Amino acid sequence: MPSARQLRAYYGWFTAGFLCFVLLLGVGERLGLPRVLIGYTFLFATIGLYAGIGIMSRTTDLAEYYVAGRRVPAFFNGMATGADWMSAASFIGLAGSLYLLGFDGLAFVLGWTGGFCLVALLIAPYLRKFGQFTIPDFIGARYGGDLARAIAMVAVLMCSFIYVVAQIYGVGLITTHLTNVDFSYGVFLGLAGILVCSFLGGMRAVTWTQVAQCIILLVAFLIPVAWLGLQYTGSPVPQLAYGSVLERLAVREGELARDPQELAVRSVYLAKAAAANEQIAHLPESWQEGQGAARKAVDELKARHAPLSELRAAERSLAHYPATPEEARRQWQQQASDYAARGAPLMPHAEPFWSGAADPQLAEHERSTKRRNFLALVFCLMAGTAGLPHVLMRSYTTPTVHQARQSVFWALVFILLLYVSAPALAVLVKYDVYTQVVGKHYSDMPAWVAAWSRIDPSFLRMEDVNRDGIVQLAELQMGPDIVVLAMPEIAGLPYVITGLVAAGGLAAALSTADGLLLTIANALSHDLYFKMINRTATAARRVTMAKVLLLVVALVAAFVTLMRPGSIVSLVGLAFSLAAASLFPALVLGVFWRRANKWGAIAGMLTGFGVCAYYIATRYPFFQSRLGLAPEDWAPWFGIEPISAGVFAVPLGVVAIVIGSLLTAEPGPESDRFVDFVRMPAPRTGIKGESPRNR
Amino acid sequence: MSLTPRSYWQQTRRLTIALLLLWFSVTFVAAFNARSLGFTFLGWPFPFYMAAQGSLLVYLLIVFGFARLQHRRDIAFGVSDPQDD
Repeated sequence: MPSARQLRAYYGWFTAGFLCFVLLLGVGERLGLPRVLIGYTFLFATIGLYAGIGIMSRTTDLAEYYVAGRRVPAFFNGMATGADWMSAASFIGLAGSLYLLGFDGLAFVLGWTGGFCLVALLIAPYLRKFGQFTIPDFIGARYGGDLARAIAMVAVLMCSFIYVVAQIYGVGLITTHLTNVDFSYGVFLGLAGILVCSFLGGMRAVTWTQVAQCIILLVAFLIPVAWLGLQYTGSPVPQLAYGSVLERLAVREGELARDPQELAVRSVYLAKAAAANEQIAHLPESWQEGQGAARKAVDELKARHAPLSELRAAERSLAHYPATPEEARRQWQQQASDYAARGAPLMPHAEPFWSGAADPQLAEHERSTKRRNFLALVFCLMAGTAGLPHVLMRSYTTPTVHQARQSVFWALVFILLLYVSAPALAVLVKYDVYTQVVGKHYSDMPAWVAAWSRIDPSFLRMEDVNRDGIVQLAELQMGPDIVVLAMPEIAGLPYVITGLVAAGGLAAALSTADGLLLTIANALSHDLYFKMINRTATAARRVTMAKVLLLVVALVAAFVTLMRPGSIVSLVGLAFSLAAASLFPALVLGVFWRRANKWGAIAGMLTGFGVCAYYIATRYPFFQSRLGLAPEDWAPWFGIEPISAGVFAVPLGVVAIVIGSLLTAEPGPESDRFVDFVRMPAPRTGIKGESPRNR
Repeated sequence: MSLTPRSYWQQTRRLTIALLLLWFSVTFVAAFNARSLGFTFLGWPFPFYMAAQGSLLVYLLIVFGFARLQHRRDIAFGVSDPQDD
């Protein structure tokens, strides 16, 4: 393998080459290169690049395949960890969520970065010293017995699988967006890119691809942010200077909150919400009346030979009319809450735990609930970060314990580049929308607004509710993804940058999917096959097994993705609570508490996983409706959202480990040796002037 | 100072706890009191700055400091890996 200096030179040239490539495409665009071609070039050039790295790094060696030979220098391991970590959700979704949620969205920023403190302080060095292949390995070796290992493996599979489906879904969406190919082609194209790499070279190929992907995704995010920053703060580093924009934004928010037209639009929505609530109160009569009215409208139009388009519209609304009073209740409740949200007063972006309620007591209650949820979410995301196996796996690939610690530092450096920029981007785009779109005439919209509302109304929707021809903020509905995807156009950059951003999103999704697929396949091939089924398998057979399983897992994941499980994508947040509750306590106590034993760990993992799964199943609307539970009977504990189930499950898991361990026999000498072994970074090599006896 | 594995671990644990306290205060203590810390800091509302940037930089310092100090301790105790020297 090349030395660290050579690697730096390679990737330095790679970065320069990539920038030239973007520049060349930009020149091509000026000369009339069509947009579709630019999209295809980005797609095939980047996927081809990843495949090329995969082919160059192919291997059949066991240690190379599972842990890249443990030779990845800290700096590059940090980059690979960063790419592993920054998913489609971080790249595309985060800035949008911050736009919509304001201060409260910063829980994601805090949680997804602060978790690395836990990784560095509590897990990474010890995992590296242990120096095997998977996370269940660590649990199995520390606590002994296949049962603990098996439970850890199931937990690993559960969290990683939900997560990987969301990534492949993201890959499909971005390829579709970039080239207009069908979603399923997009999925398989992306899958090919993932497989060429991980199938041939396992962790070794994935590592070197992820380093390249880390560079691409950061370049793709930082260039448009810098450009937008130059326009609004006069500095290409808006991360340092957007405080002034935040101030101007607050002033603008104040104006909009008092604007009479704005208030008029909001009262229209509130009236609609009240009407929907009225209908719900008079169920089932209101349902029958509504159905009768819809029928009558169709009949009347037919009778007076109304234009076909009018008739069709009336027929459509009849066909979509709720089939039963129960369904009507659900639909109307949804409508009522949508309208109420649109009619709610304007949320100031920078204000923590904001409440729009007029009644001071209610407002105080809302604020404290929001604060509790903020803290709980931060905690779950952090502990989940320190329990998610695809990140922890990367601790195995550095040469030494010290480099494992340094690697977390470098990973955090690269992650912060994105995570410090996303809140800045959200503020800049919000200021742009509040000044360039809101208050302007409908016929006078910036080009990106028209372009994006045409692509998909879920990105951007406007409706002149009070018919004054001017866009009011409340008339504008934005989906979160548009903030990043449309950022180059908002900044007035050429199409080539739009392609670059899509390529960056693709890199983010592919790199995370790579790491996750490898984690799943390795858990199956190493922990299940080698450690539990066939302990005498040869190294060559184990690698073959790992590759076959990788293929199977990838195909299953793609198959699940093709069913378009929008609901699974929304479940990703839950993977953090699951990982936090089932793996984090057992890993940390395994190092820091000698007395923890097998039965304690088993009880802890099962309790954590069980409590988490129970809370999610009974409190998450998606599962509630499938299990037939009435939301009124299953009120959340302390108002905590199901995404933060870990805030109950982690402490209960810890308690279960403590009680389980104290009730059963002390762990044997083997476990003591294990603890002594992982706590010391290397065997004593001696210090000058010390007699050997003291060593 | 005795250079036993036991004292290595005691010192490591002490550093870990100290850094965890710092981590806890810039995360949870700062966020819990966000509404009462509404003063302006370098042109930013302080709680917003902390959650969007300040705490993140402290995390970076924590991870950096841990790697640095532990490496020094490894050398002092003679337990650093020859590859790192």
